[in-house]
Amino acid sequence: MSFLLEPLQYAFMLRGLAAAVLVGIVCAVVGTYVVLRGMAFFGDALAHTILPGVALGYLVSGGARDVLFWWALGTAVLAALGIGAISKNSQVKEDTAIGIIFAGMFALGIALISTVRSYAVDLSHFLFGDVLGVSSTDLWVTAAFGALVLLVIFAFYKEFLTLSFDPILAVTLRLPVGLLNNLLLGLIAVTIAVSLQTVGVALMVAMLVTPAATASLLTHRLPVMMGLAAVFASVAGVAGLYLSYYASIASGAAIVLTATAVFIAVFTGKRIYSR
Amino acid sequence: MYPHSHHLDDQPILDVRKLSVRYNGHFALEEISFHLHAGERVAVVGPNGAGKSTLFKVVAGVLQPTSGQVNIFGSMPRGHVCIGYVPQRSQVDWSFPVNVADVVMMGRIAKLGPLNWPRKRDWEFVRRALDTVELSDLAKRQIGQLSGGQQQRMFIARALAQEAELMLMDEPLTGLDAPSQEGLLSLLDQLQRQDVTVMVATHDLEQAAEHFDRIMLLNHQLIGFGPPEEVLQAEKLLLAYGGRLQLGEHGPMLIDECCPPD
Repeated sequence: MSFLLEPLQYAFMLRGLAAAVLVGIVCAVVGTYVVLRGMAFFGDALAHTILPGVALGYLVSGGARDVLFWWALGTAVLAALGIGAISKNSQVKEDTAIGIIFAGMFALGIALISTVRSYAVDLSHFLFGDVLGVSSTDLWVTAAFGALVLLVIFAFYKEFLTLSFDPILAVTLRLPVGLLNNLLLGLIAVTIAVSLQTVGVALMVAMLVTPAATASLLTHRLPVMMGLAAVFASVAGVAGLYLSYYASIASGAAIVLTATAVFIAVFTGKRIYSR
Repeated sequence: MYPHSHHLDDQPILDVRKLSVRYNGHFALEEISFHLHAGERVAVVGPNGAGKSTLFKVVAGVLQPTSGQVNIFGSMPRGHVCIGYVPQRSQVDWSFPVNVADVVMMGRIAKLGPLNWPRKRDWEFVRRALDTVELSDLAKRQIGQLSGGQQQRMFIARALAQEAELMLMDEPLTGLDAPSQEGLLSLLDQLQRQDVTVMVATHDLEQAAEHFDRIMLLNHQLIGFGPPEEVLQAEKLLLAYGGRLQLGEHGPMLIDECCPPD
């Protein structure tokens, strides 16, 4: 019992747990569409692409952390719509174009941060997250934007479902396909901004993809998949933070490692069970 | 956000005039003109890459024509939600986490409008559509567990739930065994009795001749459109299929890479 309770005496640990669970749930639900639509690479690229925006915010604010969310949000939305626009113009193959922009923007971000003296520490926070450094203001912002994302996913459930399963049907039903596609890209962008402090840009794709992929092994219904993914992500968030506390490893890495372990366990279990 | 259809009842359900579609400099469809009346059943035949799918996509309002006009009941396809498009089975992600009833309910979305959840009436539509295609027992099945014929019937149920008046089916018979083909063809009879207009792309000339009112012979251009005996003539078929056609003693035989004659 004391094993479980001991970390909870620290306020930063409580805030960290709350943030990990909140971010986990939002990432998992949005991630369901990322998995179903084969957008893992897009999600990874988008997460990396926000680095220069965050770095710029960091430089402009003179090292303050609490404004970074807004810089991340702005950059993520712009980058998402930018990448969305590129994928329509087929001069270069879509994944190639995304790769070029993603690496270029990421390099720009690193270049900007490297102008600061405390370069290594700051960069690692952006790359890998710092969930134990979450302030209560951060927590409220995370909760508010997370709730907004979930609300939109819920409100346009049937539209997103149809668009993801059969885009041609969506057109023949005269759904506003372009608008809905951009809305979904926007939701992924907001999710990434919200998750920045918890897992950082480099591990973000794991939060989007791994719990949803784990859930997809166990169910054939989308709402169940979303629910299961949220559960897996929450478990990974909590267990990962305990792992981080007792094994003294980086929190973002611990969360992602736990999620990966859950995926491997479910994957293996299913292979054995179905034999 | 969700436009309503405007039907002028004195207009043909489908009126295509001088329709051309160009991809990268060459014509996928060139100067196609024809019209259909409600309740007609048309087989669209032609070699692979003849533009059958392109024609369906333009009629469905998914693809914009390069030139020419498509009118459904007197207005452009984009204003209508009465066009049901049944995709080729190979174009569908069968591992998607939805069951049969979920897919059929997708057909109701246009009528539901934004921010509304399915009501009792919509579930009633889904139930009746599944009854019609005899899939009621499998409503809760994941779609990947269906046989080819059942998958095809599910999409027809979806078009019924959509209240489609014009159904475009892209090679629904391809890859089905004989009993499933029979089942699908008798379902087409039933659609005709409900006054649903149906266009079916197919490779099987014999089936086309036997089960359809009119045949459209397509190879980028409209080579023939009329009753089977008028269209399925050697010189027209040669024009459409070129060297892939052999004239045997029982009439034309098609040597097509997709569907070798049995």
